[in-house]
Amino acid sequence: MQPNHVAIPASGRARPTDVYFFGTCLLDLFLPEAGMDAITLLENLDLCVHFPQAQSCCGQPAYTSGHPNEARVVARAQLALFPNDWPIVVPSGSCGGMMKHHWPRLFAGEPEQALAEALAARVVELSDFLLNVLDFHPQDRGLPTRVAVHTSCGARREMNVHVTSWALVDRLANVERVVHDHESECCGFGGTFSVKHPDIAGAMVADKAASLQHSGALEFVTADAGCLLNINGKLAKDGERVFAGKHLATFLLERTGDKA
Amino acid sequence: MSEQQTITLYPSRQFKDNARAALQDGELRTSLRTAMDYLMAKRLSAFPDGDELATLRTLGETIRQRCLAKLPELLEKLEAQLTVNGVQVHWAETTEQANEIIHDLIARRGGTLAVKGKSMVSEETELNHYLEARGVTAVESDMGEYIVQLAGEKPTHIIMPAIHKTKAHIAQLFHDKLPDTPYTEDVDSLIRIGRNALRDLYLKADVGLSGVNFAVAETGTLCLVENEGNGRMCTTVPDMHIAITGIEKVVEKLTDVVPLYSLLTRSAIGQPITTYFNMISSPRKTGEKDGPREVHLVLLDNGRSQAYADEQLRKTLQCIRCGACMNHCPVYTRIGGHAYGTTYPGPIGEIISPHMLGLENTKDLPTASSLCGACGEVCPVKIPIPEMLMRLREEEQRPAGEVVAHPLRGQGAAHTGKEALAWRTWRGLFGQPGAYKLFGWAATRLRGLTPPGQLGWTQNHVPLKPAAKTLHQLVRERDAARR
Repeated sequence: MQPNHVAIPASGRARPTDVYFFGTCLLDLFLPEAGMDAITLLENLDLCVHFPQAQSCCGQPAYTSGHPNEARVVARAQLALFPNDWPIVVPSGSCGGMMKHHWPRLFAGEPEQALAEALAARVVELSDFLLNVLDFHPQDRGLPTRVAVHTSCGARREMNVHVTSWALVDRLANVERVVHDHESECCGFGGTFSVKHPDIAGAMVADKAASLQHSGALEFVTADAGCLLNINGKLAKDGERVFAGKHLATFLLERTGDKA
Repeated sequence: MSEQQTITLYPSRQFKDNARAALQDGELRTSLRTAMDYLMAKRLSAFPDGDELATLRTLGETIRQRCLAKLPELLEKLEAQLTVNGVQVHWAETTEQANEIIHDLIARRGGTLAVKGKSMVSEETELNHYLEARGVTAVESDMGEYIVQLAGEKPTHIIMPAIHKTKAHIAQLFHDKLPDTPYTEDVDSLIRIGRNALRDLYLKADVGLSGVNFAVAETGTLCLVENEGNGRMCTTVPDMHIAITGIEKVVEKLTDVVPLYSLLTRSAIGQPITTYFNMISSPRKTGEKDGPREVHLVLLDNGRSQAYADEQLRKTLQCIRCGACMNHCPVYTRIGGHAYGTTYPGPIGEIISPHMLGLENTKDLPTASSLCGACGEVCPVKIPIPEMLMRLREEEQRPAGEVVAHPLRGQGAAHTGKEALAWRTWRGLFGQPGAYKLFGWAATRLRGLTPPGQLGWTQNHVPLKPAAKTLHQLVRERDAARR
């Protein structure tokens, strides 16, 4: 299947000299290499990347599990970490959506409301930033390959950035992007959903993994750690040894030949 | 036929078991996926212009919110206008009251047979069983409803009640249950068999029952949307017509109906318009040759006022029952409607059922969603379903004793000391940089001790194992190396 190539106009957002990087707890604990790859990509594009060491988590796990008070405490601990007026780049559509759309709600009526709203306005998802702010044209030094792209539901429906991952992949000269069956459907992660309803979540991730495997792609990429851990964890459980996914940042860095 | 049906109260307690059983039913999985794919494609084809869809959805949302904002006033106006038109209005707070009212009306005429047009609210009240137990047979006349009634089941979808059934199922069912019916899988023949079985009943029935899609306050008009003509038969042939609907179905003006009707049929099954659209404004007038001599409307609350009382949860009542949320739901598509154990399945069921049945009976429903947002994206009146789900999660986690402005029935139903402690611990670790640093250090150092079983996660995945170094640490090491 030949996917539609998408052309995204640059949004006109000004190119900064410095950015903050919010690594997210899932990348921090389980996929730190992907976080480093994202940072390296940004540095290679002549940006000064600031990683506040006091960061932990956006608060989403508790927020979506019916514990907003706990979520607020954790989110509040992040609010003071971004004092300069630089973009806050987040390598996850889901966490980015939490910060951009749900922090203002979480802090509505709280003393931090204005600060949370100001920060939310500066949050930008990594692929969106690479494409629309930096107009990144990766120099593809890799061998010809075929990849499928899985977009997280947060990226797709809250951040509206599913097209940006496609566009970045499409800018790689030797990469063919293939569409997979029911591409817009959720992989079944959903935070605590996959723990509270493992039967249903299991059926969803099984279908997603199968659809990616049967797409004709040699591997898949996604810009969301939750989806990546979910789908790769399922593939590994089923004994799949070859087909797996990687974070978009890692893939891009590999293709440009800059991955150490 | 109905005596084989069994009433199981609040089976959503068994939601997880039901879901597991449904997931293992390969035939059901295939039927559902095929049907939902078809419905999603149909909807998409009905809205070729994205801008028009966006405008129409905003209009639909605005209309529904305006009507809900003045709901008490509009209900009074509706009652007054219907009364002027000769339609008698009855109010029911509970399903039991609604059933009693309807049974009394039928009993007063000595009626024993009712034909029914499709009505989800009557499913909500379990009306058929109530009447059956009191000597009144109620026969469903919508083909899908007729099939599920014949099979002794409940609808699995609010628009397409028998969507889980294959042609072969229906062929066998008709062959088994209807006298002198040969086995055939020919769809036209099956429809003809069903129609013939129903045709006589319209003439014999004492009462026609129906639902209502929109009740117009301004004119006192009951609008009924349908495709088979059975709704028109039910509401015109028998001498008495009893309509039942939820209090939220009232709209202010006749002009409000036009965009809502368009959104309803296009979102539901991708139809630009239905074959029949009935506007019922009065019983038979002097000199008229047909139509019922009595028309009644039963307006049911059944928990709706609980949702209404809360500004955020009130949005739940914007629903026009198109079913698009279930058609697009990856959970519904995999387990079907029966697993929910409620009248309304899928995303709308997850957010409306707790008001009808209490969170104590529905506590697994608000969590049965990955919050993917597909439902909210297609909702024709823009109900923020994921937001409603998160709010219900909050209320079912909130300790039962905590005093809040608008307590929900079953508050705290999912609250456990264990889970509350887990989140407090998480807050302690992730809410303080020092604690989080220590946690990251310990998690990476002790990664060898990762437990092989991690609650529900390891049912489908290899165990989550922390990396050897956190991103925090990698950044620190790199910064140190650069100095």
